[in-house]
Amino acid sequence: MSYGDASQVVSELHGKLQREILTDEADRWSYSFDASFGTFLPDAVIQPVSRDEVVKIVQTAVKYRVPIYPRGTGSSLSGGPLPVYGGIVVDTSWMRDKLEVYPDDLVAVVSPGIHTAEIHRAAEAYGLFYPPDPSSSEVSTIGGNVAENSGGPRGLKYGVTRDYVLGLEIVTPEGGVLRTGGRTVKNVTGYDLTRLIVGSEGTLGIVTEVILRLVPRPQDRRTALIVFDDLVSSGRAISKVLTSGILPCAIELMDQACLIAVESYRPSNLPTDAQAALLIEVDGHPEAVRDEIKKVEAICLELGAKEVRVARNETERQQLWFARKQISPAIARIKPTKISEDATVPRSQIPEMFRRLNQIREKYDLQLVVFGHAGDGNLHPNIMCDIRDDEEMERVEEAVSEIFRAAIELGGTLSGEHGIGTMKAPFLPMEIGEIGLDMTRRIKAAFDPLNIMNPGKIIPNNERNRVVLR
Amino acid sequence: MKSPELPYADTLKCVQCGYCLPACPTYQTTGNETQSPRGRINLVRLVAEGKISDESLLEGPIDLCLGCRACEEACPVGVPYGEILEQTRYLLREHSTKRGLGQRVQTAIYRHLLPDKGRLNLLGDFIWFYQQTIGRWRLMNRLLPLREFVEIMPKIEGPIVRRRKESKESIHARQGNKKVMFFRGCIMDVMFSSINRQTTELLRHLGWSPIVPEEQTCCGALHAHAGDLEFSKELAKKNIMAFEASGARVIVHNAGGCGAMLYEYKHLFEGDSEWAERARKFSDSVQDISQIVASSEQGKFAKAVDAVVTYQCSCHLNHVEKVKSEPVQVIKNLPGVTYKQLPNGTSCCGSAGIYNLVHRKEADAILQAKMSDVKKVNAQVLVTSNPGCYLQMKLGIHQAGLSKQTRVVHLVELLAEASGTAD
Ligand SMILES: Cc1cc2nc3c(=O)[nH]c(=O)nc-3n(C[C@H](O)[C@H](O)[C@H](O)COP(=O)(O)OP(=O)(O)OC[C@H]3O[C@@H](n4cnc5c(N)ncnc54)[C@H](O)[C@@H]3O)c2cc1C
Ligand code: SF4
Ligand code: SF4
Repeated sequence: MSYGDASQVVSELHGKLQREILTDEADRWSYSFDASFGTFLPDAVIQPVSRDEVVKIVQTAVKYRVPIYPRGTGSSLSGGPLPVYGGIVVDTSWMRDKLEVYPDDLVAVVSPGIHTAEIHRAAEAYGLFYPPDPSSSEVSTIGGNVAENSGGPRGLKYGVTRDYVLGLEIVTPEGGVLRTGGRTVKNVTGYDLTRLIVGSEGTLGIVTEVILRLVPRPQDRRTALIVFDDLVSSGRAISKVLTSGILPCAIELMDQACLIAVESYRPSNLPTDAQAALLIEVDGHPEAVRDEIKKVEAICLELGAKEVRVARNETERQQLWFARKQISPAIARIKPTKISEDATVPRSQIPEMFRRLNQIREKYDLQLVVFGHAGDGNLHPNIMCDIRDDEEMERVEEAVSEIFRAAIELGGTLSGEHGIGTMKAPFLPMEIGEIGLDMTRRIKAAFDPLNIMNPGKIIPNNERNRVVLR
Repeated sequence: MKSPELPYADTLKCVQCGYCLPACPTYQTTGNETQSPRGRINLVRLVAEGKISDESLLEGPIDLCLGCRACEEACPVGVPYGEILEQTRYLLREHSTKRGLGQRVQTAIYRHLLPDKGRLNLLGDFIWFYQQTIGRWRLMNRLLPLREFVEIMPKIEGPIVRRRKESKESIHARQGNKKVMFFRGCIMDVMFSSINRQTTELLRHLGWSPIVPEEQTCCGALHAHAGDLEFSKELAKKNIMAFEASGARVIVHNAGGCGAMLYEYKHLFEGDSEWAERARKFSDSVQDISQIVASSEQGKFAKAVDAVVTYQCSCHLNHVEKVKSEPVQVIKNLPGVTYKQLPNGTSCCGSAGIYNLVHRKEADAILQAKMSDVKKVNAQVLVTSNPGCYLQMKLGIHQAGLSKQTRVVHLVELLAEASGTAD
């Protein structure tokens, strides 16, 4: 890889941007990581506040052939913003001037540094709704969400970020400004570049503005916690509910290890002797949801649920979700290092995927817990380990590879919502094949002939062909 | 591993999710990850792992941390940030080769002035004298280095008043289970002696018997925050012994910063066979004055306040002692109060011990953000529950030109007014 010298970019831009360029060693280390693994020291960190500044930065980087890495809050779980070849981190989380809601058009126009939860609240103020709800909503930026095509529990009924992006403004890797899509839901003019850029993990350009579709806010919702003695019946219950004319907005699953972890961390009255519990939520018209939750209850009981708890009011509903939200922190106490995977399989394969995960747990003798958005097959197998224990980490790496293989064999995908980034890149060919890989490379080269925009992500390099977590 | 003393294992608990970023005032005002909890923890970790060889890289970011602990409460996995911070400060202090004049002066003040009632009182006399004489000419104040602080400083009570009330309070102690030990604090007892007196009056008004043991001393918070853990343990032992000898069941304080330190004695002595249990008993008996008032019988406050009132939390009271609802509840219950919640009222004001004295620029940025929130509420009374916050808010109000509209008070002052015990 022959890249230019970042200090030339820094000195050329010096004094021309609103915020000071960060080059102190401490500052550089502070942008060397994300919420996944690996630390890569950048040469500088630039924090643009406007599109024009981004254009300046990219054009200068092009001039000196210096790699640049877009970054939001750095909550990525796949290494997306890591500056793997050195160069410059471009932190867009302070581009926050625009958060406009146009209720008549049912759209919002947003700067990339706005947090997902801020969009939720802004829409709510107009009785509207922005459905994508990654658990990291309070901190993740919409720029990061667009780049990762983030999802969340509501993906089952409402889809993911991609389904709400109507248009984008990006600064291309060559320094031009590209506007895609627009403010209308229907738009068939030309290639759908918007959808190409969503989920491109910052490799095709820097997002500087997003036009989002909003929907009317559902009037009511009902939630139930359903307990099963075995995993297979919980899987059957999911299928039965989904084929009975009901589309819940969330079906979340927790396995026994999760239930035990939550109970010993923040007791939430969960059954620890059960093998699985489902959290099912329906939303819509008040009368419809009342009817639907009853139906859900009946179906689950018929399929052998040992207990169904329907929240009677908002407080009880919050309590049920509270328990679900405690899973992450609760399991984090098992061991210091947490590897979150999000391999996703077709719904019908959930029980089989569970079986394989059990095998993997036993084969590698690891603390592996499973929870996740079972309604759309997006499971979150989490391995709790200790990064200081080399021998264990080797087993973890093997186990992760095997999880990926299992997902693909079952007709699923490496990642449902966290992205490929650095960690899963070696497995890309396994899922998309040689022609797919070649096409991906050519698309990347068409956008970014110099390969300076977030290099080292998605597309595997030949140096590495396995998972490395250290 | 390069520096085994760094709290490496604690840093590994951080999953780098960033959930703490919105809560951190220094991150919000600088926009720089280095000045965030996640950034600081990461730097400590990298130094401990030897990836960063120059330990002094930690100094700036660790120095600029307010120690407000808002991050700890925001953290979903319970990373013990307070311990990471204190351990790191301790280590940096130990390793610091260039212990400059500034640090030596600071250590001297912390070790020899704060715990010494006699010397503090002499300093108080000096300030009093200054305020009574030269300080009356505002022009004089302008020449001083920290002139803005001088201008907003409360009027110190005279030497005789300050020394007199002590002995009077001590005899007031009666026996019985209504006996409480009042923790007077070091600076608080000189600079804010009238608030301390009002606190004991208030306690009596509510039917308690406050005693103020002379053996008590400074809480040791400033020492611990500066990394002088040994000395803060010495002070802690004195306070624990004073409490044990007092026969009281409860320790009441009126300064959130001190209270949190008292509350953390139990962590300070973890694993110490002689002191751990005694410290735990002590810490479990600590209560803020607002908790005492909230649990006391109603109807003791008859005088209407008739004002729009808002409340700025003390970080340590809120995030460490976890006293959250009581101050607000107590304020709301006062007759004539229209309570308005301060937006971001749980976020640090930038006072943070002596932070505002050493990091003027950073503290100013935080204070300005705070004042723009204060303006939104347009309250006549702004209540605080810690002397540092009190001074910082006064400074902010003064700078923002709001002195005419908004009065800054300590919670005790407001309660004293409403109970008719104010002097
Ligand atoms: C505790 C926790 C829970 C999570 N829960 C979920 C969840 O439920 N669902 C889910 O989908 N994800 C989840 N995530 C993952 C993560 O929050 C998302 O991927 C999020 O979208 C990342 O946003 P960010 O602002 O932190 O971006 P970063 O992590 O900074 O960057 C992510 C990617 O976006 C690119 N990028 C950032 N800004 C721009 C821009 N302006 N232009 C172009 N590219 C850009 C970066 O280059 C990088 O590739 C979770 C993460 C954590 C830590
Ligand atoms: S203690 Fe306060 S200032 Fe320090 S990192 Fe935590 S939130 Fe930020
Ligand atoms: S919230 Fe906790 S775990 Fe997350 S980055 Fe902050 S300190 Fe680390």
